[in-house]
Amino acid sequence: MNAGPQPMPLLSQVPPQEPLSCCGAEESCGDPLAQPFVLGAVDTPAGPVPQVGGELSRADHRGTLRVRLGFGRHDYKVVPGLYALNRPTPDSPVLVSANYKLSFDHLRREAHDLDAWLLVLDTKGVNVWCAAGKGTMGTAELAGRVRSSGLERVVSHRKLILPQLAAPGVAAHLVKKHCGFGVSYGPVLAQDLSAFLAAGMKADPAMRRVSFPLRARTVLVPVELTQVLLVYLWLLPIVLVLAGLGGLVSGLGFWSAMAGAGLRAVGAMLLAALAGAVASPILLPWLPGRAFSLKGLWPGLAGAALLWGLWPGAADAELLAWCLAVPALSSFLAMNFTGASTYTSLSGVKKEMRRAVPLQIAATALGLGLWVYALVAA
Amino acid sequence: MPALRYLKDVVSLKAAPELCLGCGLCVEVCPQGVLALVDKRVVVADRDACMECGACMTNCPAEALWVEAGVGCAQAVLNSAFGRKGNACCCVAEPRAPQQGLQTSLDAAPRRKSSGCC
Ligand code: SF4
Ligand code: SF4
Repeated sequence: MNAGPQPMPLLSQVPPQEPLSCCGAEESCGDPLAQPFVLGAVDTPAGPVPQVGGELSRADHRGTLRVRLGFGRHDYKVVPGLYALNRPTPDSPVLVSANYKLSFDHLRREAHDLDAWLLVLDTKGVNVWCAAGKGTMGTAELAGRVRSSGLERVVSHRKLILPQLAAPGVAAHLVKKHCGFGVSYGPVLAQDLSAFLAAGMKADPAMRRVSFPLRARTVLVPVELTQVLLVYLWLLPIVLVLAGLGGLVSGLGFWSAMAGAGLRAVGAMLLAALAGAVASPILLPWLPGRAFSLKGLWPGLAGAALLWGLWPGAADAELLAWCLAVPALSSFLAMNFTGASTYTSLSGVKKEMRRAVPLQIAATALGLGLWVYALVAA
Repeated sequence: MPALRYLKDVVSLKAAPELCLGCGLCVEVCPQGVLALVDKRVVVADRDACMECGACMTNCPAEALWVEAGVGCAQAVLNSAFGRKGNACCCVAEPRAPQQGLQTSLDAAPRRKSSGCC
């Protein structure tokens, strides 16, 4: 995509002083001052600027919890534009953020002891990293937002501090050319901002690296799990009914087959979800292999072994079916975690998928075949 | 904790040290410590650590770096394979076009589609 020249979003199309509420019917639009977390307004030469504090309210925390659990992540936004954090002066730094409310809240909490201007870009409610990849957190949006917010009349300096993770979307030298503001890339983590500012806008190399520690992986687990369980909401009933139908064929009876092989299937699939969407992310560094699909295989195999021990009464074909399907599912779910991880490349993901997906499909299909055979032959 | 490393020898990153101005911005923005300056010229010091985010390419004023930038997300790859514009993953799979020529200009940053907004 994007081959050939494309019409560029003309910076001049963003009229200066345009109120930033032109996003149609979306919730992120409207009066920035009317948002519940805005404390008041600060008067500036460019008009009143909504003021926020560094403390999160109970409603903010509830919102964080909700999106961390995987609900409403795609509609959790802040009205784009300029905000005042605490009591900034014309000399205060300008910190640039995405309009995903989680990003915004995180920034103001970590910077709670600073007086600063927060320039919130319209990233369609997407976080800094992904928005930079998509281009919504980009040169044109940034330069346009600088102009439309009247920033040059609010601050006396000409410097913007961007999160380093915005760099894939923002060309610092072009921002300077288009709005007169220079870009400094701040640290990867907002928690290092104070140290970065105190050191005269210098980040030590460790602040420039993305890592993927246990804590960061763990907070991502609920989202992964929610996604699988939402699929299971319709998948598991189908499996139960299939088991019942198999019971009719084998003469075992609908309900007893459902209570036997059917419930075992539900258990096996839940175990696969735990292996792929919980154990794999958490154990990531210790699982052998580099490809995520390979890493996810091991918890899946452990789960399969567990089933073998748990269900001595089940038919061999049924156990064998789950020994194929559980690792395959786990491998697939772990592979999906590449998107949440912080170090995978697109070329790498494509390479591992070319190898892994056919195997995952084959193992699942074979497992399904064996399972049906076991049901009917029981 | 063992270091997390992704696959070997797959990334598309290319450097042209002869074009490099030695400004060091690429070294600064790279979140994976892939690049370094040796004698004021860029070198790829740790290729396999590259996650193809494109930050170095976007910010290089001399176009001395090239990478097929994209997001390493399996779900996005699946979505695009099925022609879905899925929301399941926050990211897009299609590699962003590398810039060519000097008219990379205004939007050396990936362009916005006509999102109808603002
Ligand atoms: S693409 Fe990203 S990870 Fe790779 S070298 Fe450039 S900045 Fe570093
Ligand atoms: S950003 Fe470009 S010009 Fe600057 S050091 Fe890196 S490669 Fe060289």
